[in-house]
Amino acid sequence: MSIIEVNHLTKYYGKARGIVDVSFNVEEGEIFGFIGPNGAGKSTTIRLLLSLIHPSSGSARVFGKDVTTQGPEIRSDIGYLPSEIFYYEGMKVNDLLKYSASFYKKDCSERSRELSEIMELDLNRRISDLSLGNKKKVGIVQGLQHSPSLLFLDEPTSGLDPLMQRKFFDLVRAENTRGVTVFFSSHILGEVQRLCTRVAIIREGKIVEVSDIRSLQKNNYKKISLTGSQLNVDELGLPGATNIQAENGTLNFFFRGDINTVLDKISALKITDLTIEEPTLEEIFMHYYE
Amino acid sequence: MSANIFNFEFRSRLRSVLIWSLALTGIMFFYFSIFQTFAAQAALMNELLARFPPALLEAFGMNKIDMSTVLGFYAFVFTFIQLCLAIQAGNYGFGLISIEENEMTADFLLSKPVSRTQLLTSKLLAALSSLAVTELVVWVVSFAVITIFRDSYEYQSGTLVLLLVSMLFLQLFFMSVGLVISLLVKRVRSVTPYSLGLSFGAYVLAAVSGVFGEVKLEYITPFKHLDPAAIVQNAAYNTPLLILNIAITVVALASSYWIYLRRDIPVVS
Repeated sequence: MSIIEVNHLTKYYGKARGIVDVSFNVEEGEIFGFIGPNGAGKSTTIRLLLSLIHPSSGSARVFGKDVTTQGPEIRSDIGYLPSEIFYYEGMKVNDLLKYSASFYKKDCSERSRELSEIMELDLNRRISDLSLGNKKKVGIVQGLQHSPSLLFLDEPTSGLDPLMQRKFFDLVRAENTRGVTVFFSSHILGEVQRLCTRVAIIREGKIVEVSDIRSLQKNNYKKISLTGSQLNVDELGLPGATNIQAENGTLNFFFRGDINTVLDKISALKITDLTIEEPTLEEIFMHYYE
Repeated sequence: MSANIFNFEFRSRLRSVLIWSLALTGIMFFYFSIFQTFAAQAALMNELLARFPPALLEAFGMNKIDMSTVLGFYAFVFTFIQLCLAIQAGNYGFGLISIEENEMTADFLLSKPVSRTQLLTSKLLAALSSLAVTELVVWVVSFAVITIFRDSYEYQSGTLVLLLVSMLFLQLFFMSVGLVISLLVKRVRSVTPYSLGLSFGAYVLAAVSGVFGEVKLEYITPFKHLDPAAIVQNAAYNTPLLILNIAITVVALASSYWIYLRRDIPVVS
């Protein structure tokens, strides 16, 4: 069973575009990446799934339940880490976590303590005194302490230092191993690459592609770099080569197609150096936005 | 109703309730401490008032009030009490949803397993309880100041009870209307200007409705629905106006639920 099913989901804020005709499924136990630049509709999608906002058309189901009519039931098993965190400023961290836990019909105190220890969170401080990164930690503990089976992470790493980011990723992986499904939204591709199994790319409110992260990297493009004294761009004449850049005797380009055709061409050239590598997700991503 | 939201909301208003209660207690003690002097020189006062233009007296509801009686004087003080209670109720009404959305804690609350109906009901009941506590203080202090300062002057406790009960209708009105306005306008950045505007606006409307006798402004302002001078004079509510007051409150509440259940929670910006 798919944990999340999104069908032709569309949201307009008045006339402003939110998302248009978005469809995808998230399967049980996967870490699903959701990438796109700011304003592409990532948060809109998450907010629709949490029924913070209502769809203009289309529908979505989480745990097989409709988000517009069965929101409370769905949310009892969801953890949500919003991209920007604002909590009741006058409260102490501990009180906030307890208030948050009081919404769930289980005892969260032990898990809460455990998580706070991992994230090195000081429970006795006031929320208003916390830095952005520390607020983020409160958000993480708050989102995980009731051991939900589905996690929504909206740009979770902003504000966390690299060390904490790593701890957080380990935490997410550990949750995932226990069977927790993760919906991970981000505009930083490196982290999606490190963590996710499948990924949806959203751009200007529309899904550009949903694919396995490996097939996205492997089956499509190769990044080829040639160095030689007399390389001519026109001479190469490769169909399937894109993004060709020449500088200081080095020729860089992406290639998609039968790799043998490139090798044949290259063997006819006088070159001093050659690299063929997987493009990073970042580079693939740039491609979609051209 | 969720008990945890109720508790959280109620506790977060304790300070505000305390401050309002102290202020109201202060007002009542201050005015009633001069009641005896006032009553003793009532003849002089009435003579003075007679020289004022009738329209002005009407505007301030002074033409119906005999300030030399306990309840006449109390009705005069009660006008200020009403204004304070209106502002307090307006604050709670305007802030009920908008403060969470402004401080962006709405996302936190609404991603919890509660329905919006549960959430709004819990919040409303919590605010209502805070208002009820304030009113309870006014009840106790009212009887206290009258007992302490009335001297040998008599009064009808039944009419006093009518006035005190009317606080509930007044506050429910301002809370509900404040809430529905806060949901209708695009964004409430700060609660106080709105609640002050609503309360003083309604108060002024009630005042000028006397001046322009033809225009029936009393139909929309609770200061007319529950005019203390009129209640004391007739020892009864004006039933049609009271029903109108309750009707507006009910419509405001029902619309609030209707809007809130369909509302898109604004995005953090």
